[in-house]
Amino acid sequence: MCSQPASSGIAARSLQINQPLTGAQIIVRTLLELGVDTVFGYLGAAVLPLFNELYSAENQSSSNITQNVKITDDFRRIKMTQKTTDTKTGAQIIVDTLVEQGVETLFGYLGGVVLPLFDKLYDSPIKVIVPRHEQGGCHMADAYARATGRVGVVIATSGPGACNLTTGLATAMMDSVPMVAFTGQVRTDLIGNDAFQEADTTGITRPVTKYNSIVKDVKDLPRTIREAFHIASTGRCGPVLIDVPVDVSVAKYQPDGSEKINLKGYKLQTKGHSRQIAMAAAAINASSRPVLYVGGGVISSNSAGELRDLADKANLPVTMTLLGLGSYDQSRPHSLDMLGMHGSAYANYAVQECDLLIAVGSRFDDRVTGKVKTFAPNAKIIHIDIDPSSISKNVHVDIPVVGDAKEILSALAENVEYKERKEWFDKIAQWKKKHPLKYDKNGTAIKPQYVIEELCAQTSGKAIITTGVGQNQMWSAQFYKFTRPRQFISSGGLGTMGFGLPAAIGAQIARPDDLVIDIDGDHSFNMTLNELPTAVEHKLPIKVCILNNGYMGMVRQWQQLFYGRRYSCSYLQNPNYEEVAKAFGAAGMTVEKKSDVPKAIKQMLAEKRPCVVDFRVEQEENVWPMVPAGKSLNEMDGLDILESMA
Amino acid sequence: MKHIISALVENKPGVLAHVAGMFAARAFNIDSLVVGRTEDPELSRMTIVVLGDDRVVEQVRKQLAKIIPVVKVQDFVGQSVVARDLMLITISVPPEKRPEVFAMIEMFNGKVVDIGQKFIMVEIAGPEDKIEAFINICRPYGIKNVARTGTIAMPRQTKTDAV
Repeated sequence: MCSQPASSGIAARSLQINQPLTGAQIIVRTLLELGVDTVFGYLGAAVLPLFNELYSAENQSSSNITQNVKITDDFRRIKMTQKTTDTKTGAQIIVDTLVEQGVETLFGYLGGVVLPLFDKLYDSPIKVIVPRHEQGGCHMADAYARATGRVGVVIATSGPGACNLTTGLATAMMDSVPMVAFTGQVRTDLIGNDAFQEADTTGITRPVTKYNSIVKDVKDLPRTIREAFHIASTGRCGPVLIDVPVDVSVAKYQPDGSEKINLKGYKLQTKGHSRQIAMAAAAINASSRPVLYVGGGVISSNSAGELRDLADKANLPVTMTLLGLGSYDQSRPHSLDMLGMHGSAYANYAVQECDLLIAVGSRFDDRVTGKVKTFAPNAKIIHIDIDPSSISKNVHVDIPVVGDAKEILSALAENVEYKERKEWFDKIAQWKKKHPLKYDKNGTAIKPQYVIEELCAQTSGKAIITTGVGQNQMWSAQFYKFTRPRQFISSGGLGTMGFGLPAAIGAQIARPDDLVIDIDGDHSFNMTLNELPTAVEHKLPIKVCILNNGYMGMVRQWQQLFYGRRYSCSYLQNPNYEEVAKAFGAAGMTVEKKSDVPKAIKQMLAEKRPCVVDFRVEQEENVWPMVPAGKSLNEMDGLDILESMA
Repeated sequence: MKHIISALVENKPGVLAHVAGMFAARAFNIDSLVVGRTEDPELSRMTIVVLGDDRVVEQVRKQLAKIIPVVKVQDFVGQSVVARDLMLITISVPPEKRPEVFAMIEMFNGKVVDIGQKFIMVEIAGPEDKIEAFINICRPYGIKNVARTGTIAMPRQTKTDAV
């Protein structure tokens, strides 16, 4: 047996945990992690893979060189001092935990203190989309979550990066969207010293997140991240932020899998109380004028099917909130479309005259109820919601059922019976006939509603629609007919102008095979049009339809109606959007003639690049009907105007 | 109406800020808020006295429970509870008036904890109305300083209203 000293001075690469490892690789890697720098060995068939691995470790050069290993011929000098270790940096732990949580895509913008994290993302299987501004990235992650139901992930640096997330977090918070945000933070020893790019991120974001925390010890990272995903995606969903100081990102720790979720104060009530469900079912069976009033909760709990079954089985008309659109197919005869400030007259009348209002995953927002005191004055109210604090917050509820809508709706469906309710449905049919959603089709100007109707027709009502905020949003809600959940993506609660374009980008990334259209206002678009290059860079075939009236349309409408038509500051000079789009590398079009609308939409839909179409629409068109703020739902303005239209 | 709400919270940084921030953001009025450790080092107890009608306080209770590090929330309204405040109060007392003030302190089960030529400092504990009564009695002498803990409370284990 001859001794054969092998080569010395081999460099080894710290291996990626995402690739499956051979036993030999694990051995070499473990030796390196243990700090072994010398190995004594002799060859044989059974150890060839191991020597092969030692050899290749020597020949790999990489920035991840950690140790040198010498191979000599003396076995006895190997001393195993501890069990297998796998020390990782905090940044690597974040990336690995994201992979473990099933994250495939995230949205992130760089900065000094997140460099360790982006360095690890560079080698990871996670696709990183870099927005042009953190707010855009946050909206993208939000829309990614809304389009799929999965948790959206966004990363920003400390200070300004974190501050720029706040609008996006507040948007997601108001609309209960599951998101996890990571922010970098200055070194722990600098916190509180007004260091460069320092901001009290957890302090700033506390009111706009479901939960947030700062991780000051790398050992807490795996557990905190798992908790964040759990909190974000369960119960009433919402954004969770984790603030990670840069020294924690580079600190080393060996996760041993024991970092389990430990949330004493987070209890979920998903199963509805059987007695409450029985009471609700009895109320439905006894009702002669019921209305189902459903919100975004039906979509986030994936219970559109259960909702339809209940409506069918008990024979109930269904009205939706803005965020509820898509939860019930609007082409079905029992759909009353949207209710509220700019809802359909038939939905608002039905709510005001019903004897039983069944609220599901909705929260009696002031834009829905109008004047609370006179809201649904004759109705007994059932409220099904996962969030106990939503019950009786704005409106007194007679039969609360706290839990997951999916389970409760199917339990209800088993206990209700079919009632014909001919009188009630006849009345609804009369309202529908007398007060349909419509607009004046005469005249030469392009009506914004016409653009949306044409869009709906040409896309067979199948596109994913994102919107800005204001008139463009309300007309989209009124004139695009949604048939499936997660098809309408809009900032409801917070009303964030500028949501449309980044949301379209996030939705398109989440749903690469779907048609995604942003129906936007000119000034909403102005707020985030810097994200157009993001769409171009990633070759996303999104479409942007700008309903360009030059005004902040909804503000102008209020100024017209409530401020004596004094258009203070609501008209701004716009760029030539066609040229803007082209300069960014997207396709651009301008449509000025009504007769050109169908052709332009056809052309837009055929375009493979991101495409911006500037529709120069009627400047002073109003959204009707309208329940003025503080009025009851049945006190709608504009019904006479609508009636006088041909 | 005054409600005493007791919240068991995780002993983590930021929890107090979260609770206080929620009260401010939702425009709930806090009369007093006391935080202290419990027998479990991982948990603290917050005792919050809130003013409001039943609907408001019901919201307070639910919104508190919604905060992730808040483990348990109880509203003691309608329950027999022992509620106590602790106060330190410094009163201007010239030497000739000491006897009457001492008598008064004894009546209230107070304790003199510091004394000077022209003042005495008193420690006094008890239900809030007792503390208020003591303050009122001290007013004529001249109150130099008051520091109060705010209410802490615990429900009685026995179902009587005694003591």
